[in-house]
Amino acid sequence: MGRDLTCKELVELVTGYLDGSVRGRRRRRFEAHIAACDGCTRHLLQMEATIRVTGSLTEEQMTEEQKAVLLTAFRGWSTS
Amino acid sequence: MSLVEMLQPSMLRVARMYVSTAAVAEEVVQETWLGVLRGIDRFQGRSSLRTWIFRILTNIAKTRGQREGRSLPFASLAGDDLDAPAVDPDRFDTGEASSQGAWSTLPDDWTGIPEDRLLGRETLAVIGRVIDGLPPMQAEVIRLRDALGWTSEEVRNALDLTETNQRVLLHRARAKVRSALEAYLSSETT
Ligand SMILES: [Zn+2]
Repeated sequence: MGRDLTCKELVELVTGYLDGSVRGRRRRRFEAHIAACDGCTRHLLQMEATIRVTGSLTEEQMTEEQKAVLLTAFRGWSTS
Repeated sequence: MSLVEMLQPSMLRVARMYVSTAAVAEEVVQETWLGVLRGIDRFQGRSSLRTWIFRILTNIAKTRGQREGRSLPFASLAGDDLDAPAVDPDRFDTGEASSQGAWSTLPDDWTGIPEDRLLGRETLAVIGRVIDGLPPMQAEVIRLRDALGWTSEEVRNALDLTETNQRVLLHRARAKVRSALEAYLSSETT
């Protein structure tokens, strides 16, 4: 099955794992590592939580935030 | 919400990546809708409608940007940190061969965090700001993929990215959002 993945290597594969582009043997190796590693399980859960947080942003919130950023920038100019 | 209202904010942002001002970006978006109306008969349904609209937008915006003498290298839109590690290297063991690359500090367990805190208004405000601060192409990829639920193929076609670039941009953006979320969540509990 080849050399085992390290945790440091695994975290770089998470996006590819979630979108299905990590396939075949690499996918099995990824899953075997996760099954045996608490740290990487937690990391994967954090990534899924992160995606859910971004998924809860509405277009209005994104636009509101842009306005807020702009306003902050304007304030910065007027006080400097 | 109409398709126009739904796509307009992203269209303005994408156009703005290529042209010099918000006003020009608005013109590009208007021109895009005209192009869409004129070309709708030629739309084959091989890609999704929104992808097709964004292809038209990207073409018009790029042409307009070039005419303005504003041709930006890919790195200035994508960011120059695409090779950076997803997690701080200090979190991993650098010691002897057998443990090298393993977690030296375990990530926090987030499963106990109540949903209403994780997805609360304040958290979302923080994350919205983090995304706004990302390099423009990273920001747009994570917005389209994770906030608006587009598929990787749609995003790749809409923004004219290779499969690898799309994934690397998303990976980088998610890594930074995760790390900001971690900092926010841990500062709140202490
Ligand atoms: Zn691991």
